[in-house]
Amino acid sequence: MSVLLNSDTKVLIQGMGREGRFHAGRMREYGTTVVAGVSPGAGGTERDGIPTYDTVAAAVDATGANASLIFVPAPGAADAILEAADAELSLVVCITEGIPVHDMLKVASVLAETGTTLIGPNCPGAITPGECKIGIMPGENFSKGPVGFVSRSGTLTYEIADALTRAGLGQSTCLGIGGDPVIGLPTPDAVRLLNEDPATEALVIVGEIGGSAEEKAAEYMRAFGKKPAVAFIAGRSAPPGKRMGHAGAIVSGGQGTAESKVRAFEEAGIPVATAPSEIPGLVKQALRA
Amino acid sequence: MLVSATPVKLHEHQAKVVLARAGIPIPQGRVAVTPDEAASAAREIGGRVAVKAQVHLGGRGKAGGIKLADDPEGARAAARAILGMDIRGLTVEKVYVERAATVRSELYLGVTVDRDRRRPVVMLSTVGGMDIEEVAATHPDKIARGWPDPRLGLLPFEARRLCFEAGVPKERVAAVAQVAERLYGVFVTTDASLLEINPLFVQEDGSVIAGDAKLDVDDNALFRQIELAGWKEVLASERLEERARELGFSYVQLDGDVGIIGNGAGLVMSTLDAVGNAGGRAANFLDVGGGAKAAVVKAALEIVLSNARVRSVLINIFGGITRGDEVARGIVDVIKDRPPRVPLVIRLSGTEAEAGRRILEGQPLVSRETMDEAAAEAVRLARHSSQGAPPPSTPAPTPAGAP
Repeated sequence: MSVLLNSDTKVLIQGMGREGRFHAGRMREYGTTVVAGVSPGAGGTERDGIPTYDTVAAAVDATGANASLIFVPAPGAADAILEAADAELSLVVCITEGIPVHDMLKVASVLAETGTTLIGPNCPGAITPGECKIGIMPGENFSKGPVGFVSRSGTLTYEIADALTRAGLGQSTCLGIGGDPVIGLPTPDAVRLLNEDPATEALVIVGEIGGSAEEKAAEYMRAFGKKPAVAFIAGRSAPPGKRMGHAGAIVSGGQGTAESKVRAFEEAGIPVATAPSEIPGLVKQALRA
Repeated sequence: MLVSATPVKLHEHQAKVVLARAGIPIPQGRVAVTPDEAASAAREIGGRVAVKAQVHLGGRGKAGGIKLADDPEGARAAARAILGMDIRGLTVEKVYVERAATVRSELYLGVTVDRDRRRPVVMLSTVGGMDIEEVAATHPDKIARGWPDPRLGLLPFEARRLCFEAGVPKERVAAVAQVAERLYGVFVTTDASLLEINPLFVQEDGSVIAGDAKLDVDDNALFRQIELAGWKEVLASERLEERARELGFSYVQLDGDVGIIGNGAGLVMSTLDAVGNAGGRAANFLDVGGGAKAAVVKAALEIVLSNARVRSVLINIFGGITRGDEVARGIVDVIKDRPPRVPLVIRLSGTEAEAGRRILEGQPLVSRETMDEAAAEAVRLARHSSQGAPPPSTPAPTPAGAP
């Protein structure tokens, strides 16, 4: 078991440019079933052995794809997400960075009325180690096991997955949900999925300054948590009013501080690591308790 | 809840032009860059005017950046006092001269993004003129909020409901609701991340008029906001950050002495925290982004080193798309060009880290295996060089690669 993606997931790629093709190749090496590419105007051709279609609907009809990975540049990315939702794909992962927030507001509003789960945008993607990788993360840093992992940041996800793997702690599913202000699968929703997943025995929740998703996730775990969790918040030393790379990572008007997030987790009985290197030790303790 | 990225901030006079185009009433006004221009603007407008500093800062009124004048000579004197004034580090280069409103009461009206609800949020309060965050903290019940569906916009009934919930007198509701609907329209057409009229004046004759205006544009949308993008002003204090943005990475200057370069916003934030944990302070945030090539790393290192406060530099790369060998090549290029004036500490992990470490072998820098160790070393070296000590001999700049 796992959440959102597994060995039965059939992936199509929207945006078969340089990046799309490169990562399609890496995903196949990892074992992901990549069934189609979508490039308007290139339908009927093949790229690197992957059949290409003009529309998502045509690709789904021909291949039975049930998930999509989007590399379409920012001006067209929201449209690509909506096309995937229109084709009733159950999972859409959007890697694209820099999508206007007004586009994402519309996307969020439409998706709320569909059965499509969006991961991202501006994210590394999701992986169920040993089964399926939909994203750009280096697969070799992940390993199969009992730890469910959700993170708002990209590279930090690799860093922590690598630390877990080295400590012998494999992962059930890792969800890199993205650092933008408006995203498809916010931390509380991702935490709920992992909390309900039978393959997950412990959770690692990696947040950042900005917004109040971590506080809401802590509240959820306090009320409904079925398994132990460990948290980490990036940006504790960031000054207010400065955006730390991610559009969502900013402390403004007293909102979104690291202190508020750490307090919320501690009140929910969830230990908070002060450095990524502490996470494996805390997970081991949590699993023993 | 409130989103404020690094948007393009418009001046009041620019934001008011945008509001006026949408049919929102604004006082007649003109920009002036000299006291003479202010006097002639006041003459043209006639009667009592407000002379207002145009700076990208809140609280300019308290700082003396807004003065009322009864006639052109008064406006000239006010402009003379305000132009060139320093408001929290910013020099006032222009003033906006506008007809003074006849104020009966003041409202707050604003639109921004509520990231938790993933909806736009329209806020209206009868406590106008104050910072809305202050009102939210002291009188939360005084702010009415509505979350329109972005596909439909702010509907007339939603705008009316906001007015009634905020306690707007019933004879003013139609006028205020109309401004709210139009303001929401501007929020959408300008790709704003924040749009405020604060205060929104109710005048003695019952008409409503925008007293001030604040418009921040989402920088991700500048590709389709050509006119507003052209209004962007780069402050002297933000020039390095702007240059970094042009090079494709994100840089934020901070006030410590350990320069930081990393890949990925979360990893860089954690690196800042690791420096904090080791008792030091970061001089900057710099994310080279994904897939950085040698030339980008070289440019990043040059930007970090151009900050005179930097006493050591910590480079923390976890390779995914970014390759360790590319990063290493960039560092070697910089060292070859001009040996850095401060010690470098590097931590390479992930894709091609091994190859990167081989490239760095024999270079004058310190290599550490983990983020924590590298941060501790960078903090230690920064202390040494800030005390004016020569570069430390122990541990010797290790042959990079040996952890």
